[in-house]
Amino acid sequence: MAMESAAPSEPFHLSMLFNDTRYRARSIQVIAFILLVLAAAWLVDNTIHNLAALGKNFSFGFLWSTAGYDISPHAIEYSSTSTHARAAIVGLLNTLIVAAMACVTATILGVLAGVLRLSNNWIVARLMTVYVESFRNVPALLWIVVVAAIMSQAMPTPSAFRGDNPTASMILWHSVAVTNRGIYLPVPDFSSSLGQPSSAFGALDLNYAAILGTLALSLLAHRSLVRHTQRIQSASGQRPATWWKSLCVFALPMIALLYALGFHLEYPALKGLNFTGGLLLRNSFIALWIGLSVYSGAFIAENVRSGILAISRGQTEAAHALGLSPGRTMRLVILPQALRIIVPPLISQYLDITKNTSLGLAVGYMDLRSTLGGITINQTGRELEAMLLMMLIYVSISLTISCVMNVYNSRVRLQER
Amino acid sequence: MNLHNVSWVRQEMVLASARPVSQHGPLEWMRKNLFDGWLSTLLTVASLSAIAWLATAIAPWLGNSIWKAKSLTECRQLLDGAPGACWGVIRDRWPQLLFGFYPADLYWRPVLAFALLFAALAPVLFRVLPSRALWTSAAYPGLACWLIWGGSFWFPVAVYLGFAVAAALFTSTARISQGLGVSAAILGAALWWIYAAQPFSTGVNSIIPIAVEAVPSREIGGFLLSIIIGVTGIAMSLPLGILLALGRRSSLPLIQMLSVVFIEFIRGVPLITLLFTASLLLNYFLPPGTNFDLVLRVVIMVTLFASAYMAEVIRGGLAGLPRGQYEAAEALGLDYWKAQRLIILPQALKISIPGIVNTFIGLFKDTTLVMFIGLLDPIALAAAIRANTEWQGIYWEIFIFIAAVFFIFCFGMSRYSMYLERRLKTDHR
Repeated sequence: MAMESAAPSEPFHLSMLFNDTRYRARSIQVIAFILLVLAAAWLVDNTIHNLAALGKNFSFGFLWSTAGYDISPHAIEYSSTSTHARAAIVGLLNTLIVAAMACVTATILGVLAGVLRLSNNWIVARLMTVYVESFRNVPALLWIVVVAAIMSQAMPTPSAFRGDNPTASMILWHSVAVTNRGIYLPVPDFSSSLGQPSSAFGALDLNYAAILGTLALSLLAHRSLVRHTQRIQSASGQRPATWWKSLCVFALPMIALLYALGFHLEYPALKGLNFTGGLLLRNSFIALWIGLSVYSGAFIAENVRSGILAISRGQTEAAHALGLSPGRTMRLVILPQALRIIVPPLISQYLDITKNTSLGLAVGYMDLRSTLGGITINQTGRELEAMLLMMLIYVSISLTISCVMNVYNSRVRLQER
Repeated sequence: MNLHNVSWVRQEMVLASARPVSQHGPLEWMRKNLFDGWLSTLLTVASLSAIAWLATAIAPWLGNSIWKAKSLTECRQLLDGAPGACWGVIRDRWPQLLFGFYPADLYWRPVLAFALLFAALAPVLFRVLPSRALWTSAAYPGLACWLIWGGSFWFPVAVYLGFAVAAALFTSTARISQGLGVSAAILGAALWWIYAAQPFSTGVNSIIPIAVEAVPSREIGGFLLSIIIGVTGIAMSLPLGILLALGRRSSLPLIQMLSVVFIEFIRGVPLITLLFTASLLLNYFLPPGTNFDLVLRVVIMVTLFASAYMAEVIRGGLAGLPRGQYEAAEALGLDYWKAQRLIILPQALKISIPGIVNTFIGLFKDTTLVMFIGLLDPIALAAAIRANTEWQGIYWEIFIFIAAVFFIFCFGMSRYSMYLERRLKTDHR
């Protein structure tokens, strides 16, 4: 060995593949690639043999056969005669709905708790510490199950609302009924309709489309108003008061439209043994929504707190030295800097909430996992295809969210030399 | 004029007088910390009323606690309409919540394993024992598995001998080439475990039978199951996470791509889907007829899941190190692994301790998800107890118990991470 390596021309030797840094990187990668291909081939081969032994083939054709099961709630038109693909979409929408709602409430809770934990008020700061520590250190699943148990066991039955002397009564000016079947809420309704043309995903309500359109127009008008104000400010140094103009821009068209459409609320009413009318939020939905909100709120509170703490005291002092009011200091100096720190972990919390909606299985919420990954698998026996599809959907959701995060990160990055 | 007899120069010190009452004492503290402005006063009043409301709701409930009841109806009779907690359910069912359906006469075995866990962890967690004690810690996993699952004593011994085989092969071949040594060690250990371990343990057991009663996995449940999955997952996800993080920062494109795909895929799907893969799909990917323990499958999946998160945490720590550290290690002539082991990783791991412990806590909480694939974790057992005729309709007591146990473990871990941060702090900021 020693003789060979000491040879003057230093001929290529097989051991140089591993001992010479010029070749080692490449040979390690070639070996890794070979091992990877072998492992993949082994897995695919096993899968083919196992599928053949079970007499199954690999096809996604089952998605277009009749599902045969009911899903409630369903955001788009769905019946038990719809296809498995449609059932999966309904489940996906349910996942996204509860995830979006939980993200909103968790953010509100988390920001409140995070800010209050930094408050000078001794007792509030302690209370928020207790909230954060106790909710963070107990599994999310337990919170979901606890809320479900409270809703189904401690709330009155609809029949308790009956009679001249009922044991339970509706709250909030007789509009909301909290029962052990869920919470009945009033829903907005219109006495005149602009029509409901049908589309691929069910009937499209033109009333709501009109409301959204008006809102968008108001937003555009508001933006031009703000630009106009900024021109005045840069020309004269005076910033005219705009809040009442903004209020008019948003409120007047909306009130006019709602009046024209005959907007009113449809209240839930007790008929027979149960409530009818209004919107029923089922226990499963409430359990998942509230459970995830209080759990993730505790994590968001910590993100918010650390983000605010990370902004050095000098920033506040500099802003005060410039003569900014405390409100403007917060809005123009502290928040933009704190948000840069808060938003990335906040978005990954949103990602966690979205993935944790799959815990709805414990309370019977019909999300993507319970439709495509649950009943569809049980009915068709296509666990391989359905699981692959479901994982693909979850990965695409998560990649979309991290894409948003990367765009945000690159937009707020400090401009360095 | 003499300075000394100028009468207006004070000759003696003025005695310090006490601070005015308005500047200190409980009243001042309250004004500063509770009633500083209208918003603070409002918050104080709101918090105090919330606490008072909670206290009036909980105090009679806790005060009337009933411990000696065998069922909810009996408990309600004893309470006679008054609000009260029926802790009888915990008294009645605590063995189930802690051990699942583990045979009652063998409870000492998991308890002993749990106690030994702390003995084994002591040299790792605290610097009270010499580092040689780490070798006894290495024997713990096999001992604990034997205690919990029972069976032949020689099976864990055979598994450990696989490591001995690997070590022997490595020392004999590493002189030729390190890479060859590692490959030979891995190959030899794998061959030993696949072909020789089982015959060895049965063979030795027939000569010197040392065995305790075997307990099948389906009888293990409750917090015992959570702790088994949690501790194994924690112990294995850290090294795997380190490897993945190094892989993601590797200069070899193929290794880097593999690590990125693995990490992003695992982080993109909920743990439930991975657990279902373990219980439903694994049979498709393995050779026909292979069937191995569900608990083992779950442990593998939980470990893979946690290691992807761990990798991201450690990658953050690696990225947080100044570039100069890498360059200094290269300047000292250290090769890649030596530089990582002696310079990079100790510092990177130290700054990622909070994240690592958060991942551990998350993993331990995620062990509750195994209820979805039919394993009996505490929450699944709570559901079973609540479905039982004796305790139908009970929920607060049982959930408070489970939450309290989880809280103790998770809160303890987070406190330990703070202690560790303080202990490892070497800068002077």
